[in-house]
Amino acid sequence: MNDIGTSAVQSTWLLNVVNVVAILVFVVGSAAFTTWVERRMLGIWQDRYGPNRVGPFGVLQVLADMIKLLWKEDWVPSFADKFVFVVAPTIAMFVVVAAFAVVPVAPGIGVVDLNVGLLFFLAMTSLGVYAVMFGAYASDNKYALLGGLRAAAQMVSYEVFMGLSLMGVVMLTGTFNLREIVHAQEDGWFFIPQFIGMVIFFIAGIAESHRTPFDLPEAEHELTAGFHTEYSGMKFGMFFIGEYVSVLLTAAMMTVLFFGGWLGPTWGFLAYIPPVFWFLLKAGILVLLMILIRGSLPRPRYDQLMAFGWKAMLPLAMVNLLITAVVVLL
Amino acid sequence: MRILYLIYDYIVSNVKSVWDVFSHTFTKADTVEYPDEMPYLAPRFRGRIVLTRDPDGKERCVACNLCAVSCPTDCISLQKAEDETGRWYPEFFRINFSRCVYCGLCEEACPTYSIQLTPDFEMAEYNRQNMVYEKEHLLINGTGKYPNYSFYNVSGKAVSGRKKGEGVNEAPPVDVKSLLP
Ligand code: SF4
Ligand code: SF4
Repeated sequence: MNDIGTSAVQSTWLLNVVNVVAILVFVVGSAAFTTWVERRMLGIWQDRYGPNRVGPFGVLQVLADMIKLLWKEDWVPSFADKFVFVVAPTIAMFVVVAAFAVVPVAPGIGVVDLNVGLLFFLAMTSLGVYAVMFGAYASDNKYALLGGLRAAAQMVSYEVFMGLSLMGVVMLTGTFNLREIVHAQEDGWFFIPQFIGMVIFFIAGIAESHRTPFDLPEAEHELTAGFHTEYSGMKFGMFFIGEYVSVLLTAAMMTVLFFGGWLGPTWGFLAYIPPVFWFLLKAGILVLLMILIRGSLPRPRYDQLMAFGWKAMLPLAMVNLLITAVVVLL
Repeated sequence: MRILYLIYDYIVSNVKSVWDVFSHTFTKADTVEYPDEMPYLAPRFRGRIVLTRDPDGKERCVACNLCAVSCPTDCISLQKAEDETGRWYPEFFRINFSRCVYCGLCEEACPTYSIQLTPDFEMAEYNRQNMVYEKEHLLINGTGKYPNYSFYNVSGKAVSGRKKGEGVNEAPPVDVKSLLP
């Protein structure tokens, strides 16, 4: 299973540690960076500039925000369930970062090479709902509780067809190992045979990271800030960065499952560009697409959201699964 | 039919709005980067308030208090005084700009065109007390928006140097005791 040219490199203990630390720092760093990218891009798409004052093009805005968050009073409400209140943002951050462990960035870059990588990813994203629910319950706040209820229902129902949409890929490759899934795409990325699966996964991914148009758990206009209404300082920061890590995670998983991971063009000088570049390029474009969607689509009503999930997405995922199964069988 | 409509609704309209937003990538931003670049302020912009003088260079304000009573936030305060020629003027004139809402009602109420709002909004202060402007801060050496208007020339009131009936477009007073037509 593991002898795909990378096991020799991965076996060294030191390289593993370097890998883990580098990926952790890079993921969290680029999640913070994404907040700036998002604000700049939303600005551009709304015919304004976005943050462009701090540092060149405003990149240091991230740093300024971070300093602000760190200096804020880290307040735990007196009526809150203190232990759960503190644990919730930790879970939010932990599960998404842990899910990144199975993402195969490039040959030799990646934390673990699990043969159930895809299942691990699904399991970790499902655990994310606990962060939201715990945070909401522990806050002892009506808005937070409403947000938590919505989050639980939304994430559970979107989880269902998120898993189903991926089964098409699993059928085509016969494996849960993400590295092997990438290798199986050497002669054709899966977004062509699994187009419906890709779209469904993308929608579910946005819903999982609860971003607009699926940001009902937060819904500023109705619920103040939803489940993290009572959070401030770095605890809020962790929810916030966790959301962006989960955006990156969705983009990375899309890249791995449907856009050929680190595989790039093999002709001419393009073949000499390191594979990690192609991975980052594809993931980056997908992140931009998610930002674009955030900038253009409105938030649906809650019952519409549920109906869309169960009445449109779930049957579609089933049909996709059936068709794929028939094609694989024939 | 309904199914077709739903498909249209879910897919086409959403994709179209995403595309419409994307097409703004290359349009020019509407932002005016303010401190570097001054936005255009129309002459009628309602900003910092000034007290003007008439064309002869005398204070226009006659301390009638109309601006103070018309002010919805009660931020104007002044005290009437009278000079040796019988002309009224404000002894002090104070506007608390931390309460002013720049509604311009004072300007509309003023019979002498003395109080006027100008296109200037850069009045931020670190100390709140500095937002209270006194007469020496408000009074300018000009006529503002109405260059030729002088209240006493058209008011029909006698002041030093000009008796009744000597103003602009003013007929001499009628002699009520005369029988001539
Ligand atoms: S602009 Fe309005 S609020 Fe300000 S001083 Fe004049 S009347 Fe008062
Ligand atoms: S309304 Fe005009 S003339 Fe009267 S007190 Fe105010 S500024 Fe002076």
